[in-house]
Amino acid sequence: MVAALTRLFGVHNLALAEDVVQDAFCRALEVWRFRGVPDNPSAWLMTTAKNRAIDLLRRERTARTFAPELGRLLESEWTLVPMVEELLGPSAVKDDLLRMMFSCCHPRLTEDAQVALVLHILCGFSVAEVAGAFLSTEVATAKRISRAKKVLGKSRRLFDLAEADVAARLSAVQRALYLLFNEGYHGASPESAVRVELCGEALRLVTLLVDHPSTGTAATQALAAVMCLHAARLPARVDASGNLSSLYDQDRSRWDFGLVAEGQRLLELSARGSELTEYHLEAAIAALHAEASRPEDTNWRQIVALYDRLLDVRPSPVVALNRAIAVAQHEGPERGLEEIRAIASLNRLASYPFYAAALGELELRCGRAAVAGEHFQTAIALSRNAMERRFFERRLALCCGESVKP
Amino acid sequence: MSEFVFLYRGGERPNGSPEQMQQQMQKWMGWMKELADKGLIKDPGHPLERTGKLVTGKQKTVTDGPFAEAKDIIGGYTLVQARDISHAVELSFGCPIFDVGGVVEVRPVMQMG
Repeated sequence: MVAALTRLFGVHNLALAEDVVQDAFCRALEVWRFRGVPDNPSAWLMTTAKNRAIDLLRRERTARTFAPELGRLLESEWTLVPMVEELLGPSAVKDDLLRMMFSCCHPRLTEDAQVALVLHILCGFSVAEVAGAFLSTEVATAKRISRAKKVLGKSRRLFDLAEADVAARLSAVQRALYLLFNEGYHGASPESAVRVELCGEALRLVTLLVDHPSTGTAATQALAAVMCLHAARLPARVDASGNLSSLYDQDRSRWDFGLVAEGQRLLELSARGSELTEYHLEAAIAALHAEASRPEDTNWRQIVALYDRLLDVRPSPVVALNRAIAVAQHEGPERGLEEIRAIASLNRLASYPFYAAALGELELRCGRAAVAGEHFQTAIALSRNAMERRFFERRLALCCGESVKP
Repeated sequence: MSEFVFLYRGGERPNGSPEQMQQQMQKWMGWMKELADKGLIKDPGHPLERTGKLVTGKQKTVTDGPFAEAKDIIGGYTLVQARDISHAVELSFGCPIFDVGGVVEVRPVMQMG
């Protein structure tokens, strides 16, 4: 909604667009508390936002300039309402999302700032949630977002895909969507480790990218493949009692094989040509998992090889950790622990609960239950939501030989 | 049983993160549902816009209004039924407006006879 309104008002009036959305939301909550939530809340919100937009345009059109390319059409009373209807209609909104995504990825912003903006404006992440996605602090993130908005405000119109050079901005857009998906699949939110809606949104947005000729590159297809293959596992990722289930414990019959097939199809498409991006590698790893009907059938050797290459392309402590875990699967837990100890910038993982949990897991497999228990205690202390905490508590219980509570 | 009107005055307008706002809304709905389940809500009422018009005098002078102090502005109303005013007052205690500095004015509806 913010994207569509920004097209209407012009990028320099982004704050106004956000106000209109915020306002519509406030009013909705006030009315709904008395009369109950309507059957179609988003239609209600859209109508409210539309009406406020029309009021605002009427009142302010002499005082402000709105979207430059729409100029005349907004000034005349004859065309004002139909124009608003069209611009806030369903098909226009889709394109505006793409335009907004690309506008956020402004070249004068760092990639991280671009991503923060997309997450905040387009996906509605709060500052705390954006901070969680980057493993950064709220204060630093708030500064980054407000500075980025100022830069964005200086441009006059939304990015036009038909005209401009898309390639430069595409990687930032891809990264933003990747982080969005990741936050839904494996997130740091205090409500829940898994938020299926975010994965759905990321998939929806990446599909827009795949479908559009200028943006449907091999890398985009690979990214879409990663998302499909991970999303396929979502039905099994949270079990019937609302508990997190790891890759090794999941009931694989509950995987969405339609999505697996779609992911494999996209992976194949993305393999034409010579580009080999981190998304290709991640998709290939995910495909190998998807092909194994049981964890013990997984081709760990191949997976380690792929992680080796991924580490070259995208060196990050989390990738290194996942690689070490794969090494442990292939060569045994002691080797896995060796690999973990060899990770560069290990300190960045200090507050990442799954790092502590990985250590715990491997120590447990080496037979050192007491040490494992300590690591799981650390993981519990670092856990960011109830789901994660319960997951680690169950592992801790195994260390102490207690029976696991259902 | 007699009828009473709750007039909601003042209180912060909804703001904060979407989650906080939704929480506030759910508190209201929860409170109203409790009363409704006991058959005590005659009309859930409506929220009111903060500004409107004032029409005064024989001349029917129309001015913008009401520009009372924010804490006094009536933001909405609900019609309830209760045994007596003490009971009605008790029923109002669960209203989430108190969390945000608002006031509930409880007024009996004038009965016939």
